[in-house]
Amino acid sequence: MGQMVRYEDDFEADMLEDTGAYYSRKASSWIEDDSCPDYMLKSEECLKKERDRVSHYLHSSSETKLLEKVQHELLVMYANRLLEKEHSGCRALLRDDKLEDLSRMYRLYCKIPRGLDPVANIFKQHITAEGTALVEQAEDAASNQASNAPGVQEQDLISKIIKLHNKYIVYVTRCFQNHTLFHKKVPHELLVMYANRLLEKEHSGCRALLRDDKLEDLSSKYWLYCKIPQGLDPVANIFKQHITAEGTALVEQAEDAASNQASNAPGVQEQVLIRKIIELHDKYMEYVTRCFQNHTLFHKALKEAFEVFCNKTVSGSSSAELLATFCDNILKKGGSEKLSDEAIEETLEKVVKLFAYISDKDLFAEFYRKKLARRLLFDRSANDDHERSILTKLKEQCGGQFTSKMEGMVTDLTLARENQASFEDYLRNNPAAHPGIDLTVTVLTTGFWPSYKSFDLNLPAEMVKCVEVFKGFYETETKHRKLTWIYSLGTCHINGKFEEKTIELIVSTYQAAVLLLFNASDRLSYSEIMAQLNLTHDDLVRLLHSLACAKYKILSKEPNTKTISQSDYFEFNSKFTDKLRRIKIPLPPVDERKKVVEDVDKDRRYAIDAAIVRIMKSRKVLGHQQLVSECVEQLSRMFKPDIKAIKKRMEDLITRDYLERDKDNPNLFRYLA
Amino acid sequence: MMRRSASKKAGQPNSTNPIPYSPSDLFRTASSKASSKEMERIDNLFYSYANRSSGMIDPEGIETLCFNMEVDHTDVRILMLAWKMKAEKQGYFTLEEWRRGLKALRADTVSKLRKALPELEKEVRRPSNFVDFYSYSFRYCLTEEKQKSIDIESICQLLDIVLGSQFRAQVDYFIEYLKIQSDYKVINMDQWMGVFRFCNEISFPDLSNYNPDLAWPLILDNFVEWMQAKQS
Repeated sequence: MGQMVRYEDDFEADMLEDTGAYYSRKASSWIEDDSCPDYMLKSEECLKKERDRVSHYLHSSSETKLLEKVQHELLVMYANRLLEKEHSGCRALLRDDKLEDLSRMYRLYCKIPRGLDPVANIFKQHITAEGTALVEQAEDAASNQASNAPGVQEQDLISKIIKLHNKYIVYVTRCFQNHTLFHKKVPHELLVMYANRLLEKEHSGCRALLRDDKLEDLSSKYWLYCKIPQGLDPVANIFKQHITAEGTALVEQAEDAASNQASNAPGVQEQVLIRKIIELHDKYMEYVTRCFQNHTLFHKALKEAFEVFCNKTVSGSSSAELLATFCDNILKKGGSEKLSDEAIEETLEKVVKLFAYISDKDLFAEFYRKKLARRLLFDRSANDDHERSILTKLKEQCGGQFTSKMEGMVTDLTLARENQASFEDYLRNNPAAHPGIDLTVTVLTTGFWPSYKSFDLNLPAEMVKCVEVFKGFYETETKHRKLTWIYSLGTCHINGKFEEKTIELIVSTYQAAVLLLFNASDRLSYSEIMAQLNLTHDDLVRLLHSLACAKYKILSKEPNTKTISQSDYFEFNSKFTDKLRRIKIPLPPVDERKKVVEDVDKDRRYAIDAAIVRIMKSRKVLGHQQLVSECVEQLSRMFKPDIKAIKKRMEDLITRDYLERDKDNPNLFRYLA
Repeated sequence: MMRRSASKKAGQPNSTNPIPYSPSDLFRTASSKASSKEMERIDNLFYSYANRSSGMIDPEGIETLCFNMEVDHTDVRILMLAWKMKAEKQGYFTLEEWRRGLKALRADTVSKLRKALPELEKEVRRPSNFVDFYSYSFRYCLTEEKQKSIDIESICQLLDIVLGSQFRAQVDYFIEYLKIQSDYKVINMDQWMGVFRFCNEISFPDLSNYNPDLAWPLILDNFVEWMQAKQS
């Protein structure tokens, strides 16, 4: 300590000052007389000499200070004047391809903080100017040649640009030691320059070609741009924007059409939309394979475009619901799509492809399951094979867990048929047990099927016996299983003995329960019916409406208004008749959308909880943002979780002592075992 | 000659050897006599407020105490006193807690207790103590055994008492928000601590440095959104 003080104070300080003064004088005269290369040579020499000086007779601690001083006087003070020298400065060296001199320039300036910035700038400007000149040349030539050989000029230009690019890559490696400042600028500048001008050309640019379906031309564009590093990025971008625009337009069209049509044909527009989206997908997939050689960049562009508009809502229905409804229409008997088996298979295949773009996959699953249940339970499924086929395709995409419940549902039906056969055997063998009515029971495995509310409906006596008998049978088959009866899903065939003729009515169990009341009473009030059956107002109104105010008036209502009110009276309408011997009295289904959304939200809460716990259990300690992003990633296969929802679940988990916030860092969380 | 080492069995009083008195011992005995006198006074004061059957000072007793100290029973200083005592149950002081608090404050009469309040307040408001006091005040309000959250109404009152003087604007707006929102019916400790951190770190009312992507409790994210909607 303090040993160098004399050296530094009494000698070094003065030496540095004098050195500085000396070089300052030299520099001021050299800068006037010398060319940039010569000046740089001299500077390099000087620096070398000073280095030698230090090693010969100075203390090593002086080296840095001395060189800095020299650099400052020679290079920093005159940086501008040196680089900008008209005939020999940086620009001139680039122009005349003086790689040696440029290397020296790099060597000298790389040691100076921010010393390379002006050099890099000049480099960038130079390349930009050369590239722009090429583009302008090509444009002039093209306009002169009219539309004779439009592709030729472009091809020529592209190859010139590639040459330019390669030339300057050599500079970056040989002169500028691959320094990041220089490396970035080269491809970026070229790209910005030509991409915008060429691709955006109004009549022959990329957008125009897409618009006019010029697949051949797009193909040649692909071959051109693929040679340029990152050359395909702008092309893929335009492709993606084009598809997004077309898709969004389709959605908007459907939205408008749906709102105009009122409730005339609800759902028709939405079905048409799905068809159109499928067609759009087919069209642009062809582009990807034919024009863009299946390049991942374009697959990605297609995917991202579809993800944008495939997740929009149309007149209140989410895309998940629309797609599920579309499937329902194909798979059910008498659906709006009358197609051959092959056509159905093909369509299902395409539907599954679209499904990949939907972010709320769990919502689709729930809607699909609800509609599948209706198809299976009311015998509306057109073809078992198709049902299984789509489930297989969905399983391939999302894994077995996604489709396990649905597959269970389909299997349940097969088992139920077998079970029914056993039940019928049982009845044959126990004639005394027979309830007097033909009874078919479908036993469902609770976990597979959507949840249904079961009401304590007061069954008519005839039906009570049926239930008892079946229970007796079922207990012989299996113990330890509890049967819960879902009357809302049952169907009844009832003979209505009307004056003119007896007609067989196909009604739901609830409707049957209402009708059977009139076996005992001629006239019943709303409240009496309510009391006898023990239903909610909403359900009862629906039921009575279907029997007294709809197409087939099995009951007559007093007063004879169009809606049901709680003060109405009902009577069996013996005057009713129809040309058919058997009619189905439909019961309009309850809107399931609200319940589906509620159920899915509930499941999502559990899923988020599970994901958070899983992640924290393995990481033990994790920052908030990381936890959120990992959570989103884990769940992305089924849905896109709302960040707020994740935060809410985290809070809940903190309250339940699964997690705690770190005492010192509020953004860090800890797993509590 | 071997020295016989004086050995005493531990715990056995040796009645043959009188306890030697040194000057320091005299002093110690005098001060311990004084402190046991003080403790006696403290205990007596306790029993003057305590409920005969439970042996604790109950809410009624506390109200009387407050009346005598000329401090409102909802005053923050009573909460501070509870903190000093490390009282566990809201509305009640046990003998041990009472002793702990009054001994620390060196008060053995009501008047000395009253005079100790300003100093106590200063002590609590010191940044190193205030966080502890703040979290204590939440725990103090948990009345049931497994309770982890406090209802909105009580939280509003508590916020006003504990943070009102220091962060008037934030507290007023936040209370307004709590009353109109319906997402949360109760507040837990984590959210409670979050509010304090919010008052300390976030510039108000511009909220310019608030980042909802960080781990702020959701209720604060919602509060900020509500404030920003109000301000635009």
